[in-house]
Formats: sequence, structure tokens, C-alpha cells
Amino acid sequence: MQRRTTLSRPMSLAFISPAFLLVALFLIYPFFSIFSMSFTNQALTGAAARNPQYVGLDNYANLFDVDTWMTRGEFGSSLWITTQFVFGSALIGQAGLGMLIALLFFRRRDLVRHVVYTLAIVAWITPDVVIGFAWFAFLDPTQGTLNNILSIFGVPAQDWLLQYPLLSVIVFNTWRGTAFSMLLFTSALNSISPSYLETSQVIGASRWQQFRDILFPMLQTTIATDLILITLWTFNTFTPYLLTGGGPSYQTELMSIYTYRIGLQRFEFGRGSAVAVTVMLINLLLASIYLFISRTRKTR
Amino acid sequence: MASINLTQLRRHFGAVKAVDDISLAVDDGQFVALLGPSGCGKTTTLRMIAGLELPDAGTIQIGAKQVTALPPRDRDIAMVFQDYALYPHMTVAENVGYPLKVRGTASSEIRQRVQDVAKQLQIGHLLERRPAQLSGGQQQRVALARAVIHKAQVTLYDEPLSNLDTKLRLEARAFLKHLQREVGVTSIYVTHDQAEAMALADVIVVMNEGKILQVGSPKSIFQTPQNTFVAGFIGSPPMNLLECTIDGSVLRFTDGSRLPWQHALPTTARGTVTFGIRPEHVTIRPIDEPGTLPATLYVTQMLGGESLVVTHVGEQLVSVRLFTDEVPELPTRIGLAFDPARVFFYGADGNRLT
Repeated sequence: MQRRTTLSRPMSLAFISPAFLLVALFLIYPFFSIFSMSFTNQALTGAAARNPQYVGLDNYANLFDVDTWMTRGEFGSSLWITTQFVFGSALIGQAGLGMLIALLFFRRRDLVRHVVYTLAIVAWITPDVVIGFAWFAFLDPTQGTLNNILSIFGVPAQDWLLQYPLLSVIVFNTWRGTAFSMLLFTSALNSISPSYLETSQVIGASRWQQFRDILFPMLQTTIATDLILITLWTFNTFTPYLLTGGGPSYQTELMSIYTYRIGLQRFEFGRGSAVAVTVMLINLLLASIYLFISRTRKTR
Repeated sequence: MASINLTQLRRHFGAVKAVDDISLAVDDGQFVALLGPSGCGKTTTLRMIAGLELPDAGTIQIGAKQVTALPPRDRDIAMVFQDYALYPHMTVAENVGYPLKVRGTASSEIRQRVQDVAKQLQIGHLLERRPAQLSGGQQQRVALARAVIHKAQVTLYDEPLSNLDTKLRLEARAFLKHLQREVGVTSIYVTHDQAEAMALADVIVVMNEGKILQVGSPKSIFQTPQNTFVAGFIGSPPMNLLECTIDGSVLRFTDGSRLPWQHALPTTARGTVTFGIRPEHVTIRPIDEPGTLPATLYVTQMLGGESLVVTHVGEQLVSVRLFTDEVPELPTRIGLAFDPARVFFYGADGNRLT
């Protein structure tokens, strides 16, 4: 059957142009302007503000300077912190916990499930600022809820954000984002025909065999999709800034926070742009892995 | 191999009495069909035997073992589902061998037994394929192979042929019967297709609304249906059921027509009863022939080797089956003659009167 278009070609172009204009203005133009800025020493203050110089790859060389880059507060250190953060809070935390909850409540329709799902979703959809404040209060060293609860069991009060800053933000981000993986895995599990599991029950497969031989293989592409998506999101998240401001002494300075500090606190636009471009390339790499996986999934 | 005993088995879903205190004994090696319309409780019964559903009351015994509360894996059963449930990520060989793998059988032995079973089910050339690359009939055989490979005591079938088209279904039916003869395993087979049940089963269990209405061989179920439900469910077309009143030696039908009845009547037949006769035991006579019931021709259907004549007696339809490949030319008004030995009378409660 031939596809019939309601609109003529020029007409449809006319309709799409406002959207395209906005995309160009706010996405495409900044992209190229940041790209070109990353080769200059442009800044908000000082001599370079008036008269930015072309500095070639200096900004990039600076970021990857092997002598200093793993120093706290430098690019390499931030990248390493981000990697631990992604690994801990996204891959293990959100995906792992999400899968666990989804499996635990698979084909159950009781009150416990209802409560767990509701709490997870509330944690996920509440605005950042509210969540940030709530967790700040939760972890407060003197009045915090967590310390109060732990004191019942005789655990002495801790200054969580000072003593365990990275662990705190990892737990925070796990709590914050588990709902997505949980919902994705739940719906994937529900789409598996009941007869698959019933057959394996009759055959005599143990719970572990059912998971290993049937559920896991059937969930594989969903898991891959989930891992890539939450990796991307977690890599770029800025919310932990509300808890720690990247500190103490840069110990929770994720890539996003680092970029923000260089570009928008120190106003070193040139160097900040170089960071932004590098982050963008890392994202591009992750996204192409995602696209590759989803494409092979379709052709299968 | 084992016998199966169900005792006072009950499963209610809220107000719905899916299975309502049924008892059934299945002999070792028997092929039993649970037959009934959708919602009659046949699938729930099967799932309780499998252990996928737990009964509210009653007991299930397989062989000498009480299995009522045991999980499926401890019941030594195999099951074939309507959608076959072949694992899409496994090859045919892996699917068929999976029951053995789960039991920790050595992989060399698995390979050997998969080969043997595949040969028996004529799927040897498909072993390296994935289920998605198979036709419906082939998938069905793979599911059967997986069910027979671990030599369970009982095989349960949940409408295994209903996803096949008519031609394949007839093939699969013959194949399944042959296989069951060969393997000889006790089988319970759920179906809503009475022809399938007749063709396959040693014993048919007719169910409706959670109750067992009749248990018997296909022949006895067909020839002597014990109640109007079974009579109206079995046969294609099923038995003609006409309401009439017994008035001495005359049967008076609802349209006022009278049929003199010189033959013996059931001793308990009194007042209003249901008169039942299979379409193949009715013959068409001229309207004025004595001892016939006057009827109006409604429609004639040519069905290949036979013809079906549908007539009206008042509001009620009476089908007549003629074993001829010529559609007869019939006048509008005809007389129906009934083979008295084949007539059944059913009481007001639907049960057969004797």
C-alpha cells in the first residue's frame, strides 16, 4: 500500500521549523560553540576574558596531564570517583536491587508489594530539591533520623557525609533511582508467558535453575537496555551536589559537578568546555553501545 | 507409570465453583480426556493434578503416593501446554534435554536420550534449530519430546492441539494416539473438542460447571449419554432433544402434534420429559405415514459423504443425518420416524430415565 501524506512537503517543513529552530538555538549552536571554545583560554575574568587566545589542545593536555590528573579535585580523580559511583549506585545498587525486588514480588499481589512499589516510585518521582533536603536531614550528624535509629541499637552517631561521603551518595542514588530498573524488570517479567515457568516447575527446576536457565536469558536484552540507560543517567547526575557540594575536599566530585565547578564557578570557560566535550564523548560511546544492543535485538 | 485417584477435589475462585467436589479414578496406563465447555473446570482439575494449583479440599493420589500438597517437581509428571512453552533461547535439543539437565544427568547421556526421543518423534533433523524456526506442528512434537524424555509416571496435556490448523490437528491427533500406545504412560488430556476426545481417549470424563457429569468409554458416552448435557455436547451434530408429554401410549410434543408410542417407556417416565434421539437414527418418511412425527423442512446441507436435513417440529429443531452424497429432493412437510431402540428419555432434572 502506498503511504499517503496529509501534508505537502513544504507545508510539513513549515510546521517543523519552529521546533527545529529551538533545537538549533539551544542544542546545536551550544554544541559547536563549546567545541570551539574548548580550544581557547576564554574566561569570564582576567586578560583572557577580553581577548581569548587560541590555545590548541592545551586544555585537553591539561586534563590528561599524568602528573596531576589523579590529584583530588582534578579531572582524573573525578572520573575515577564517577566510575565508582556509577558502578556502586547504578549497576549494583539500582539494577541489582531493582531486579531483586522485581523477582521477590513476581506474580504477587499483596500489601507488602504494594507498599514497596509505592515507596520506590515516590523516591523516584519526588523533585531533587525536596529529596536533597530530606536526605540532608536524614543524615544530619546530631539531629539526623539515621543516627537516631542507629542509637537504638547502640551504634554511636556518625557524621555520614564527612566520614563516608562517597558511600553516602552511592546509597542515596541507589534509593533515588531503583524504581526505574524495578519497573522495567517487573514489566519484562510479566510479559513472560506463565507456561514457561510452569513447565520448568513441572520439570522440576529449582528456583535458581529457573532464574539461570529461563528468566535470565529471557531478560537479557532488558537488562542490557537498563544497564546502559542507568549508566548514562548516573554518569550525568548532578543531584548529589545538593548533599555534599562535591566535598568534603572533592571526595564526591562527580564529572557533572567537576564540570560545573570549572566552568561555572571558576568561570574558566575554555577549560570547562574541554571537560564538557570529553564528557560528551564518553556519553556518546555509552549511547552507541546502547544503540548497538537495541539494534541487534531488533534484527534477532 | 501409575494410577491417579482424585477424591472430593474442590477449588473455588471466590463465588466461582471451578471444581466442585469431584472424584475420579484413572487406571495405570489409561488415556483419559477431560471434556467440557470453557469454564467447566477441566483445566483447573488438570492444574491441581500437576500441582500448579492447590485444591481447597480433597486429595490427589498418584500411584501409591499422596501428592495433594506436594510441589509439581515431586509428583513425577510431565506436562504439555497449549502454547508448547518451548524456550526461545534454547535449541530444540536443549529444550528436549532440559528435564534431564535439571536432574543433573551427564551430558553424554542427555545427548544420547535426546537423539533417541527425537528419532521416535521424527524431529531428528530439527535438533539444532530454535523454536522460532519451526512450524506449529514441529513445535508441538518438540513439546511432546520434552514431555516423554524423562519417563514421568503421568503426562498431562492442556489442549495441546488447539493451536494447530485443522489438517495438522488431525495429523497430530493420530500421531499422539500412536505415541501414547507406544509409550503407554498414564495420560490426562484436557480438551473442549469432543471429536478429539472421542478419537484419542480410552475414557472420557465430561465436565460442566465444576462437576463430573459422566465417565465412560467414548463408545458408551456416545451411545448412552446419561443426561441432556452430555447428549447435547457429544456428537456432531449432537443428539436431538425434544420436550414432550407422556399421555398414555402417546407422546404429545409442544406444537400439539402426537406420536403414538407402542414401545416400552421407562418406568419412571411421567408427565413432561425430554425425548432424545441422534440425527443418524431418524429417518424421513412421507407426511401421511402412520407412526411418524410431522415436521417442516427447514434446510438441507450437503456435507460430502453425508447430508444433514434440518427440520422443525413446532419451535424445536430436529436434525436428520442421511448417509448419502446426493442431497435429497424433499417436500416441505415430511414425517419423521425414530428407531425406538435408540430413543432416550430424560427427566426434568436432565438425567436419563431407565
